[in-house]
Amino acid sequence: MNARLRWRKFVSNFMLTLTGICAAIAVSALFFILGYLVYHGGTSINWDFFTKLPAPVGEGGGGMANAIVGSAKLLLLASFIGIPIGFFGGIYMAEFSNSSIAFVVRFAADLLNGVPSIVIGIFAYTVAVLPFKHFSTWAGGLALGIMMIPITLRSTEEFLHSVPRALREGAMALGASKWKTIMSVVVPAAYRGIMTAILLALARVAGETAPLLFTALGNRFWSPGWNQPTASLPAMIYSYALSAFEDWHRQAWAAGLVLLALILIVNIFARVILARGTAVPRS
Amino acid sequence: MATSTTTVPNAGPTSGSRSFISRLKDGDEIARIITFLFAASVVLITVLIVMQLWHDSNLSREKYGWKFFVKQVWDPTNDDFGALTFVYGTLVTSGIGLLIAVPLGLGAAIFLAELAPQKISDTLQFFIDLLAAVPSVIYGLLGVFIVVPLMREYIQPALKGTLGFLPLFQGPPFGVGFLTAGIVLAIMVIPYIISVSREVLLSVPRDQREAALALGSTRWESTWKVVVPFARSGIMGSIFLALARALGETMAVTMVVGNTPTISASLLSPGYSIAAVIANDLPEASGVYLHALIELGLVLFAFTFILNGLARLLLVLTTQKGSGMGHV
Repeated sequence: MNARLRWRKFVSNFMLTLTGICAAIAVSALFFILGYLVYHGGTSINWDFFTKLPAPVGEGGGGMANAIVGSAKLLLLASFIGIPIGFFGGIYMAEFSNSSIAFVVRFAADLLNGVPSIVIGIFAYTVAVLPFKHFSTWAGGLALGIMMIPITLRSTEEFLHSVPRALREGAMALGASKWKTIMSVVVPAAYRGIMTAILLALARVAGETAPLLFTALGNRFWSPGWNQPTASLPAMIYSYALSAFEDWHRQAWAAGLVLLALILIVNIFARVILARGTAVPRS
Repeated sequence: MATSTTTVPNAGPTSGSRSFISRLKDGDEIARIITFLFAASVVLITVLIVMQLWHDSNLSREKYGWKFFVKQVWDPTNDDFGALTFVYGTLVTSGIGLLIAVPLGLGAAIFLAELAPQKISDTLQFFIDLLAAVPSVIYGLLGVFIVVPLMREYIQPALKGTLGFLPLFQGPPFGVGFLTAGIVLAIMVIPYIISVSREVLLSVPRDQREAALALGSTRWESTWKVVVPFARSGIMGSIFLALARALGETMAVTMVVGNTPTISASLLSPGYSIAAVIANDLPEASGVYLHALIELGLVLFAFTFILNGLARLLLVLTTQKGSGMGHV
């Protein structure tokens, strides 16, 4: 073996090892993040965290019950906007549309998917906060709902496309109308995939902070109804992390741990259990 | 009138396909119309967002025109606004982010696509997908409490000590600043680069690799000189997607960039970004101030629109190339 070949083999092995190190670094980032959150936030998670209102500065203790409920309310509103538009729009795209309309809708959905969340926030601010002169749960839910639409629509469309033609033809041959075929044969066949996509979309908007800063704003107390500013977990993390108080920092870590745990559990559930056997499209 | 209405239903059945009326009875036509309305609302919302941003930035657009982008002032008390510092900060932090994320992400993607056995590759990809799901405010949290102190105590003094003669590493080590924001952005966008690049590399036909190996190249040479160039435009696509993410990223940057409108050659200096100034100032702004902020949002929209469009184009080109060659 001459020196040149040895050198080439060395370079090959060296560079390939380097790529392995890159992969190891990237993956270990996840465990670093989880580890730090558990280390700093784990001790502050107790029953109070889930059941009490935030404590005033210096008192210690307290919890984030209002933020947890606030996040749940925002996600509920977002679902009411994002899921129907995305789901039925996806059905139209996969089953009814002609190619030119499909192109326009797909283009708009992809465009919407790429819009930075803060820009969606500005939109919600100008249409749902400025005209009413106050921040509200509605406005926050609107912003998050808009963000859910493109993900739900595109994946519904994709999963419906992947349903075999023979299933449709079988139902049609039995005399079912097109709509009946879609609702009782095609959609159930693609059900798991669509559920996966909706859960992933929810998990994604659950952690969004930027569009909430000037729509749902935040709230130190309970937010009754839907018309007032509300606290949410991500916005709490943001304001507590930037505060000057040691107590609040600990609460921010705890809130971060709870939020990330919820998001990862939903992701793992959706990807591993629900999506078994179906290909999950990546964002 | 009466005759014309009676002729319409009669004309239907002769057209060959099922008439409008019978489709209406099946519910097919109703379903088509209703689902169409949902699909159309996606287009409507997108158009509305653009129109709203355009309309609500008119005060600023009329007052400054294109000069908005070359003015460095940002003075809410005197109602005088220019976007330059924020555009600069956004581009610099995203640039640093990509400089770090591209080699790391591409390296990891090569490992996952070319070296790792399928099972390991899929498992690692699963973790990468989870990493992509981590919300940006969590990156901000870790940035504030882990990265910023680390930068202030160790990395920035070390950089000043070794490379301090360069204008890039001047000034006191604040911890926050362009470099810190860039590093946090890099960690955030790496999963996107890995996922998309891995997919693109996997779509490169097998015979490309085999041909290179048969000609006597080493494994690395076949990867670097054949497979990666083959997938070049797709990899560029993944980089553009990551750049679009980085430009629009708000929380992580806002929390570590320092929020000081400065243009400085030093990467250690605190700075500001478009998304950060919107996040901090929008709720209190009104009049020209508000419109200037919304115009910044419009700029962000335009940036990401162009980058996402280019990325999609490049990705379509590569996958077509890959599948086309696969049949040969």
